[in-house]
Amino acid sequence: MKKIFKSAVTFAVALAMVACGGNANNGGREPQELSGAGATFPLPFYNVIFEQFGQLNGDQVAYGGIGSGGGVRNLRDKIVDFAGSDAFLSDKEMAEMAPVVHIPTCMGAVVVAYNLDSVKELRLSGEVIADIFAGEIRMWNDERIAALNPDVKLPSEAIIPVYRSDGSGTTFVFTDYLTKVSPAWASKYGTGKSVNFPVGQAAKGNPGVAGVIKQTKNTIGYVGSEYAFAQKIPYARVQNPRGEFVLPTSATISAAASGEIPVDTRCSITNADAVGAYPISTFTWMIIYKEQNYSDRTKEQAEATLDLLEYILSDEAQHITLEVHYAPLPPKAKELSLTNLKTVTYDGISILI
Amino acid sequence: MNDKLYKILLFLAASVMPVVCGGVVYALVTDAYGAFEHFGFFKFLTSSEWSYTEGAEQYGALPFITGTLMTTLLALIFCIPFSLPVALFVGEYFKGTKIAAILSTVTDLLAGIPSIIYGLWGFYTLRPIIMALDISPQGSGILTASLVLAIMIVPYAASLSAEFIKMVPNDLKEGAYSLGATRAEVIRKVVFPVAGSGIFSSYILAIGRALGETMTVTMLIGNTNNIPDSITSTGNSMASIIANQFGEADDLRLSSLIAIGLILFLITAFINLIGKMLIKRARIA
Repeated sequence: MKKIFKSAVTFAVALAMVACGGNANNGGREPQELSGAGATFPLPFYNVIFEQFGQLNGDQVAYGGIGSGGGVRNLRDKIVDFAGSDAFLSDKEMAEMAPVVHIPTCMGAVVVAYNLDSVKELRLSGEVIADIFAGEIRMWNDERIAALNPDVKLPSEAIIPVYRSDGSGTTFVFTDYLTKVSPAWASKYGTGKSVNFPVGQAAKGNPGVAGVIKQTKNTIGYVGSEYAFAQKIPYARVQNPRGEFVLPTSATISAAASGEIPVDTRCSITNADAVGAYPISTFTWMIIYKEQNYSDRTKEQAEATLDLLEYILSDEAQHITLEVHYAPLPPKAKELSLTNLKTVTYDGISILI
Repeated sequence: MNDKLYKILLFLAASVMPVVCGGVVYALVTDAYGAFEHFGFFKFLTSSEWSYTEGAEQYGALPFITGTLMTTLLALIFCIPFSLPVALFVGEYFKGTKIAAILSTVTDLLAGIPSIIYGLWGFYTLRPIIMALDISPQGSGILTASLVLAIMIVPYAASLSAEFIKMVPNDLKEGAYSLGATRAEVIRKVVFPVAGSGIFSSYILAIGRALGETMTVTMLIGNTNNIPDSITSTGNSMASIIANQFGEADDLRLSSLIAIGLILFLITAFINLIGKMLIKRARIA
């Protein structure tokens, strides 16, 4: 018995040594423990990425899915290395804290899922979606839906909209889109993580909304693409500003960011005017301080933080987005982000050369 | 010496509960204060607005108080026809028999099922039935939540009631029989009056469970922040609004949610108090 234990220990030690052997590629830096907090939307992607990153350098990354707002709060309190957020910081928020850098990590979308007997393909425009969720369009065979779907036989049933009962970045992106395409929506309900939807019923989380839609006929609701793709529920083609009816896929989501992006990557890409772009798409960001020497952080910790972000922007990591049902960043966004990373300093000296 | 040590230990152990209870109340009151200060206590209780619009946030507890009271009351009504017969079956008609033992074990087992299981059953089994019967198009709502809640509280009401029914002295019952009373008459005239206060207290316990039930209700009530206009429409209970929105809430909304928690605490305490008073009165009479 003792012998077995001994050999197990030897084996474990050997394994650890092999694992440490991988450290050679980070310039002799000690493995670091990084911590971040924020958005839950990219959590499945981050879980995979952090594990892969850990195997590379031996660095440990702990990420708490506490919501975008909480993540930004933690960064402002300087108790994390990075914050994850589905929404970029407003100019007002930026002014309240030390300079930060936004690094987009991957892309996702909000799909409009539905449950209609024998309807295989549904086309919707932004205004129609807004009016459905505002309770202006109440029947499935409404002439405005019918006009978009001439080949589809729509039932004469009441529409049941389903929305999120909890505050969510998904709701934020969806209502951001509705606000852009419908002035009526903009003036009455606006954009937010929680919005006073006037009709329908609510459920908690993407699983809750998707579950209600799956189980209930004549429903329509919005679900995060990462969840909808994995669940294979039917979702609508949505009309973009070019007049194309686009199905959300990794390619069409990436296409939404193919247009002009500002240098700091802080932009909403809903309703993007680009060929083949799915209009309810979004970036998700990691936010770090430009000056990395705060709260007694060591230089090695700052280097590890940048290593992590560089790794996320690498082709290898971006390819993983597809496996976990997100969309990769377009080349332009990657380029800008790598340039932005070079502006990050420790004690005023640039970390990446 | 030993006795003294015992006394001190007992005193310390016993004083933990009041301290914890006081701490809970203190934390709730201090955190809820922001909402009461901003909206005013009565305005908060009676306002039916729950609006997130930035700069013009409006939070009122009335829709959720209504939702909680509606689901609890309905659950109680639905639960009586199931729990009372079980209690009589186990405690009187088949008292001490094998079949009564089996029935009471099965009923008690219901109490051990986690609420998420009831929620899933309600979501995947009961909700489609409600839709198929055309009671409501979306299936979720006050009625669906109440029906599942009723099943959840049956064991609480039934097993305790059965104990009280068992405790009715045989002398009394035999006396009634010797006067020529039928079994139904004995139950009505002897068992209920004697065990009445106990049966009542078991329903109070059941109400307590229904008031605070969160998971099941959140899954079935529809989670809309309005005052339900009928029992088939959707709504939100006090526990479910807290469970739904606690995650992303801060500042005024967080304070409002904690204020709702405080009100739920007060309602539960109030109902328990009424129950205790009624039981006392029944004992004296």
